[in-house]
Amino acid sequence: MLYLALRQLLNLILSFFVLTIFTFSLAHLFPQGVSFIVDYIPVDIFSGDSLLHGSQLNNSQISNFQLNESSQTDNIFISYYHYMSQILTGHFGYSTVRGTSVFSEFFIYFPATLELSLGAIIFALGIGLPLGIFAAQHKNKWQDKLIISTSLAGSAIPIFWWAMLLVLFFSLLLGVTPVASRIGFEYDILPVTGFMLIDTLISKQNYAVDAFFNALHHLILPAIVLGTIPLTAITRTTRSAMIRVLSEDYIRSAKTRGIAAVQVIWKYALRNAMIPIITTLSLQVSVLIAGSLLTETIFSWPGAGKWLLEAVNRRDFPVIHGGILAIASFVILSHLFLDFLSMLVDPKWRHR
Amino acid sequence: MASQSEFYHQTRIPSTYARWWAHFYENKLAFIALVIFISICLIAIFANFLAPYDPTLSFTESIHKPPSWYDSGDTRFFLGTDYIGRDIFSRLVFGARLSLSLAGAVVVLSASAGIFLGVVSSFANPWIDALIMRVMDFILALPSLLLAVVIVAVIGRGLPNAIYAVAIVLIPHFVLVTRTAIKHEIPKDYVTAMQLDGASKTRLFYHCILPNILPPIIIQLTLAFSTAILEIASLGFLGLGAQAPHPEWGTILSESHNDIMFASWTVTLPGLAIFFTLLSINLVGDGLRDAMDLEKNK
Amino acid sequence: MIKYNIFFLASFCCSLILSGCYDQQSSSVRDNVLVYCSEASPQSFNPQLVTSGTTFDASSRQIYNRLVEFSPGTSHITSSLATSWDISADGKEYIFYLRKDVQFQTTDFFKPSRHFNADDVLFSFQRQWKRTHPFHKTSSLGFPYFESMALGKLIKDIVKLDDYRVKFILNNPDAPFLATLAMDFASILSEEYALQLILKNELTAMDNRPVGTGPFQLTRYQPDAFIRYKAHPEYWKGKEKLEGLVFAITPDPSLRFARLIAGECDLMAKPLPIHLKATLKYPEFKTLSEPGSNISYMAMNTTKKPFDDPKVRLAINYAINKKLLIKVVYNGNAEMAKNPIPPNIWSYNHSTPEIPYSLEKAKKILDSAGYQDGFEMELWAAPVQRTYNPNAIKMAELIQQDLEKINVHAKIVSYEFGTFLSKVKQGEHHAALLGWIGDNGDPDNFFSSLLSCAATKSGNNAAYWCDPEFDDLITQAGRTSIVKKRTQLYQAAQTKFSQALPWVPIAHSKQFIIAHKRINNFHLAPTDGMYFSGVTLTPFNQIQTHSDTEAN
Repeated sequence: MLYLALRQLLNLILSFFVLTIFTFSLAHLFPQGVSFIVDYIPVDIFSGDSLLHGSQLNNSQISNFQLNESSQTDNIFISYYHYMSQILTGHFGYSTVRGTSVFSEFFIYFPATLELSLGAIIFALGIGLPLGIFAAQHKNKWQDKLIISTSLAGSAIPIFWWAMLLVLFFSLLLGVTPVASRIGFEYDILPVTGFMLIDTLISKQNYAVDAFFNALHHLILPAIVLGTIPLTAITRTTRSAMIRVLSEDYIRSAKTRGIAAVQVIWKYALRNAMIPIITTLSLQVSVLIAGSLLTETIFSWPGAGKWLLEAVNRRDFPVIHGGILAIASFVILSHLFLDFLSMLVDPKWRHR
Repeated sequence: MASQSEFYHQTRIPSTYARWWAHFYENKLAFIALVIFISICLIAIFANFLAPYDPTLSFTESIHKPPSWYDSGDTRFFLGTDYIGRDIFSRLVFGARLSLSLAGAVVVLSASAGIFLGVVSSFANPWIDALIMRVMDFILALPSLLLAVVIVAVIGRGLPNAIYAVAIVLIPHFVLVTRTAIKHEIPKDYVTAMQLDGASKTRLFYHCILPNILPPIIIQLTLAFSTAILEIASLGFLGLGAQAPHPEWGTILSESHNDIMFASWTVTLPGLAIFFTLLSINLVGDGLRDAMDLEKNK
Repeated sequence: MIKYNIFFLASFCCSLILSGCYDQQSSSVRDNVLVYCSEASPQSFNPQLVTSGTTFDASSRQIYNRLVEFSPGTSHITSSLATSWDISADGKEYIFYLRKDVQFQTTDFFKPSRHFNADDVLFSFQRQWKRTHPFHKTSSLGFPYFESMALGKLIKDIVKLDDYRVKFILNNPDAPFLATLAMDFASILSEEYALQLILKNELTAMDNRPVGTGPFQLTRYQPDAFIRYKAHPEYWKGKEKLEGLVFAITPDPSLRFARLIAGECDLMAKPLPIHLKATLKYPEFKTLSEPGSNISYMAMNTTKKPFDDPKVRLAINYAINKKLLIKVVYNGNAEMAKNPIPPNIWSYNHSTPEIPYSLEKAKKILDSAGYQDGFEMELWAAPVQRTYNPNAIKMAELIQQDLEKINVHAKIVSYEFGTFLSKVKQGEHHAALLGWIGDNGDPDNFFSSLLSCAATKSGNNAAYWCDPEFDDLITQAGRTSIVKKRTQLYQAAQTKFSQALPWVPIAHSKQFIIAHKRINNFHLAPTDGMYFSGVTLTPFNQIQTHSDTEAN
């Protein structure tokens, strides 16, 4: 078990190392990079941290993307060393548009993406698991064929179009869901954790519960849109995993022993089918992040995807660099976590 | 009277390709999908003859005309017009040409680079192999659209850059497939047999290994093709791929997104085009996978 | 087994739908909060640094006051922070008598210890004027209005006579001076706050965390998402009836309209022509309109070839089909432009020759200039809606088509609005689609801000066109207060302009806004400003009776 954990950790460090090399070379490829910000003073928009010491403006203090200093040295290894020391201490530079620290901006926007992704996963699992099990039980009958074909169709739908169709039907035609944003504008909720559902409940306003349901209402459609592709993947994986498991001998013997069908599925079969499902989830993390780029654009959801896209439109290179570094690190970490989880679930490893 | 060829009893074993085709043909769904896909390709090739108008020509008196089967529609514009009066049917037809050729370019680029790297990686010494695989694992781990967006942010937006960005994103898939397939083939007995017979490395590769790794590579080609279409459309939708007034399907959707309440056909029709194209390619890919017996081999 | 699965699915779906049973409109929270769907994020909260109406809407028009102001809905000047003023006989000295008992806003980051006085006035102007002022260089945006109107040259000195009297001494008489002081960039900031910031070494907070004397104060800002304001409890005119104000920043016009219809916003900025038509179906909304005091134009950068050749510029003027642009982009709700000022500004020269749409003439002139094979250029357009241009990208695509016919190949380049403006300021463009909304009803506002030589230095003269004769004419016109003389000079200036044509003047747009019927007392200013002071809201449960009795 310990050996495994160590091996995972080594994997993590290596992946992160490759990531930083990638972002390091990326930063050197940025066409304008630092010269864009000549005398813009970096400051945090509402906490007031500023880099400015003394009223005289010093250009070297202002070059608020510290990469600039390191790129002046010839030796690429020393440059890389400087770069790593900045990254690991959380200095991702400052946005050229707003002057806020990229690192802190990331933590303002990322929880929104996380909340949306969690909503999408809950949707995908909540509908995908039962559907997959159902399909596996009725293998090759019309129910199974219907589910498979819907899955297939679902994986061919472009997310942005699907979002537009759902908005057209549910928000504009029927009016049952809101059009955009995380919560109605009349609610002033302080972003403590960044998760709107939690922040509404812990806010001290008298409309806290109203705001909670309002936020939930805003979460539904984007979560469904984002969760559609993971839904198809989970349905397919669950179906094939369950088909395999249900044909095993121990399932047959459990049935003959008279154990209730429900128990057979949920207590015995599903546990053994979990591993490929967790592997699928691991793959879906990337899909969720890619999908959130599009979903957040359509629903005006203030998450990391929309933040990154706006930085691309504004040529805000520190944000682009910091954004991909942070998001990619998250993806690597979540892969690690899910791999670890699958190892925990796998009985082969548990009794080592 | 039996014909000459049937006089002598011969057992004809169908060639591999014939076998595959036979299996594929049996799969009705996949066959229909193939027909659809070929029709889309034909539409794309003969776009000039099929489209009644130039896709960038705007008829400013007929803005937002609904499709011709509506009362307020105009039979001149079969599927209606968009927000500055361009005929949607023409745009979609030329868009098919654009999407398919862009995706084709992407696949050619990424497949050649990916297969080359895969071959190199499986025959080179372990260190190079490990290095290449690490980099490929890294690219695979990253969300595809995110990587494409960042690449476009660096090298600039526009058609050729979008092709490069998506091609880079798809390379690792080919590397992985090639390498896995080669590694799977090498320990097999017939390869050893050929080596013992004295085959040179090149001969070994081209005549022995390559034909047997074709099935997974072909499957990967179809998958990559469909992913490429989707990625290019996504980039177009975000404004980072094909720019206006190119009639790329994703770009069309980004323009018509604004008018979804008033001109919903400008949203539904291009999306349906993407949907059917992707669906047909996916079904063909699935059919190929079944036909080539890949699952059973595992 | 089947039943279990179905049950699970059904309960899951039910819980989703249940959260939808919540009804947005019945919430009483909305009764006192006005939500305005705005079209872009502000560049800053300090109106001194910008010229963009969006930033003014978010800052000067809610948070600050000026010495004098325009009375709502007109360009008539009334007292504000200055209760009265004396102008000397030679027109060079202005003495302002300041209002007493004016409180600055108390926010999370500032608590005033004194009332507004002359020190604040001095600070607000000297910051923009004196290069050595500690707050002069705190932003890369500069002071575009102060500089392009050459106030640094106009003002000789500002003297504090006592705590409640300030004297402005000018180098020469300036007719529009009072109107100038009513403009947004002349907003009064808090000197006490500035001193505190110097001690804390947080100079940029002056522009990011604003403190003013105005009707609303900033409580929270999330960039690209929303701006929240609350009523300033000690506002000198009396606390606003509106308790909360929210700007919901929505750059996408169709999303703005969708939000309005869905009830998420009460007021929508810059509706598209198609929205104006569609809104007729919804009885709970009303449309407000106003003839616009604006101009939309394509500026040609005369420092870049081939736009340095006036023949080329003339040819391009002939090649663009303005009638079509007005029909397609503005849906007919605009007037064709030939002068840099709109017809509702006095001194508009009706006899300026109008350049008709003629491809043959365009080709002929282009050939004679030596460009038979045409040339390539970049056409810059920002993907935002402005009052003067509902869809710059659409306009750019149509102009691109027009130019193709004379062999001029235009590539459309676009950036997010804030980035677009700063790059245009630095002169990176060949041609750009821009516009201007008049701020004070005075022609000088258009001419000197956009076409003066001083404006080429501040970057607002996007054509970088500096003609000494033209500049002389408008400077003279600014010096005298005799309207007849000014009219003559401006008309001569317009004639000069039509001979050089550094722009293609396109259209003067009507301005519209769609509002929910529950909003009362809201007036659209000719400068297209959103002033929420004095606005009241009818509670939702009283609206039904209103719509029966109210004639649309």
